[in-house]
Amino acid sequence: MATTLGFDSPTDPILERRRRIQSVAAASLGRRKVYSKIAVGVCWVFLAIAIVPLVGVVVYVVVKGLPAWTTDFFSHPTTPEGIPGGGVWNAIVGTAEIGFIATAVTVPLGLLCGLFLAESDGRTAAAVRFTADVMTGVPSITIGIFGYIAIVRNFGYSGLAGAFSIGIIMLPVIIRAGETAIRGVPRSLNEAALALGARRATIARRVVVPAAMPGIITGVLLAVARGLGETAPLLLTIFGNQYMQWNPTKPMPALPLVIYNNSSQPYADLLQTAWGAALLLMVIVLVLSVGSRVLAAVLQRERR
Amino acid sequence: MVAIFVALVAWYVISIVVQSKPAFSTLGFSWIIQKTWAPGQNKYGLLPFILGTVETTAIALVLAVPIGLGTAIALAHLVPDRVRPALSTAVELLAAVPSVVYGLWGLIVLAPIFREHVEPFLSSVLGWTGLFNGPDNGVGLLLAGVILFVMVLPTMVAISRDVLAVVPREQVEGAMALGATRWQVLRKVVVPGARTGILGGFTLAMGRALGETVAVALVIGNSPFIAHSIKAPAATLASLIVNNFGEASGTELSALFGAGLVLLLIGVAVNGMARALVHSTARAGGAASVAVA
Repeated sequence: MATTLGFDSPTDPILERRRRIQSVAAASLGRRKVYSKIAVGVCWVFLAIAIVPLVGVVVYVVVKGLPAWTTDFFSHPTTPEGIPGGGVWNAIVGTAEIGFIATAVTVPLGLLCGLFLAESDGRTAAAVRFTADVMTGVPSITIGIFGYIAIVRNFGYSGLAGAFSIGIIMLPVIIRAGETAIRGVPRSLNEAALALGARRATIARRVVVPAAMPGIITGVLLAVARGLGETAPLLLTIFGNQYMQWNPTKPMPALPLVIYNNSSQPYADLLQTAWGAALLLMVIVLVLSVGSRVLAAVLQRERR
Repeated sequence: MVAIFVALVAWYVISIVVQSKPAFSTLGFSWIIQKTWAPGQNKYGLLPFILGTVETTAIALVLAVPIGLGTAIALAHLVPDRVRPALSTAVELLAAVPSVVYGLWGLIVLAPIFREHVEPFLSSVLGWTGLFNGPDNGVGLLLAGVILFVMVLPTMVAISRDVLAVVPREQVEGAMALGATRWQVLRKVVVPGARTGILGGFTLAMGRALGETVAVALVIGNSPFIAHSIKAPAATLASLIVNNFGEASGTELSALFGAGLVLLLIGVAVNGMARALVHSTARAGGAASVAVA
C-alpha cells in the first residue's frame, strides 16, 4: 500500500514514478523481510559452525595436555617408551635456542630492510616489497628443502640449519611489519627533525624507529610466534633426537617435532607427551601474540 | 641489507631448481604428470600427489568459502558491539595456532569420529554420487580437507572481516534510508564493496591449504595411488616430501626436490595473485592482514 502526499498531481511523471516505487517496495516488504531474516540467520549458523571446531581444538588440547604437565615434563629430557619420568626439557631447550638464534639474526636484518622499504618508493622497492609479500606465503616445506640443500648437505643436520630455515620464514614477516610500522610514523616528526638540521641516519635512529617501536615489537613477536610453531622445515633440518643437546651445531629436538613424531605412536605415554607439548606450544604462541598486543597498547599509551 | 634478503631469496629458488635438475634430465619433463610413484621401479610420477593437493584444497575451500564469508559478515556487521572486539581478537589468535596442533587433533579426535559416524552417514546419504565408495577409514582425503578448512578459516575470516568492516558508513546508511532490509544492505552494498579483498583473503587461504605439510601428512593416510573415493587415503606434494625424505637418495631425492619445485611454483602463483588482490583494495587495511599473513 503506497503512502502518497495529499497534494501530488497524478500527471507529474516524477511523483508518479515515486509512487510506483513506493508501492513496489511496500508490496515486497514482507517477502524481503523474510529473506533477510533467513539470510542473516544463515550467517549466524555459519558463525556457530566456525566456532565449534576452533573452540574444540583449544579445549581438547587444554584438557588432554594439562595432565601431562608434571615437574618431570618440564625438567627431564625424553625417555624411551615405557620408562617413566621423561619430559620434554630437551625439546624446550631446542625450540628456545633455535627461536633465539633465528630472532637474533633476522630482527636487525629485517628491520633495516623494512626501514629501506619505508623510505623509498621506487620500482626496486616495489619489487622487493612484492617479493617479501610472496615469501610470507610460500609453502614452508620448500624452505625446509632449501635449508637442507644449503646447510644440511654441507654441515649435517643441526639446530643451526633449523634456525636458518625458521629465520627465512620469519624474515619477510619482520620486513613487512617493520615497514608498515615505520610508515605509520607521522611525516611531521620527520620534517621537524630535518628542520632542526638532523642527518637522515640520525633521524632514523633517534626519531623514526623509537616512534615506530610499538608496531615493530608487535610485528617481531608475531613473527617469532609463527616461527616457533613451524614443523615442516624442522623435519628436514634438525633431525631431532631423544637426548639433551645444548650445542646448536648438532642435531636437536624441538617441540613441534615431539608432537609430530609422537602423534602417530600407539603408546599412551608418548601420546600424552604429544598433548602436553601441543599445549605448551599453543600457550607459548598465544602468550607471544597476546603479549605483543598488550605491549603495543602500553607503549602507545605512554607516548601520549 | 636488502641485497642480502634478495640474495637469500634467489639462492632459495635457484638451489631448488638446480637440485631437481637430475630428475628432469633422467626422467624427462613428462614425469611430473605420470601416475606411478614406485621408486623401486625407478618411476617417480607426481600426478597422484598433484591431484591429492588439488582435491584436499578443493574440499577445504568448498567448506571454507561459504562458512568463512558468513562468519566474517556476522563478525563485521551482526554481532553486538560489546562482544565484537573479543571475538575478532580470538579469531586472529586462532590463526596463530601451529598447524601441527591441528594435525594432532585431527588424527586423534576427528579421525575416529569420521570413521564411526561421519563417513557412514555421508555414504548412506550421498553414496549415489559415487564419491563415497570404499571402506570408512577415518583418515583420507575428506579428513585432510576438513582439517585444512578448520586451519584456514581464521585467516580467511580475519582478512574478510577487515575489508567488510571498512565499507563506507554513508553507503550503508544510504541504502538503509532507501528502505533496504538488513540482508539487502549486506548483499548489495557491503559485500560488493569488499569483493576484491574477500577474494584476496580466499586466495591467500588457498595458498596456505596447498602448501600445508604436517597437518595433512598426519591425517591423509599417505597412499601413493590416485584416490578413487573421497574417503580413500591419498597424499599431497608436501606430505610426499616429508614422508619419503628420510630414506630417499639419488634420483628419488631429486624427484622430491622436483615435487618441492612444483609446490613452490604453485605457491608463488597463488600468493602473487592473492597479494595483488588484497593490496588493490585494502592498502590502508587493518593490522590483521599483516598479523595473519
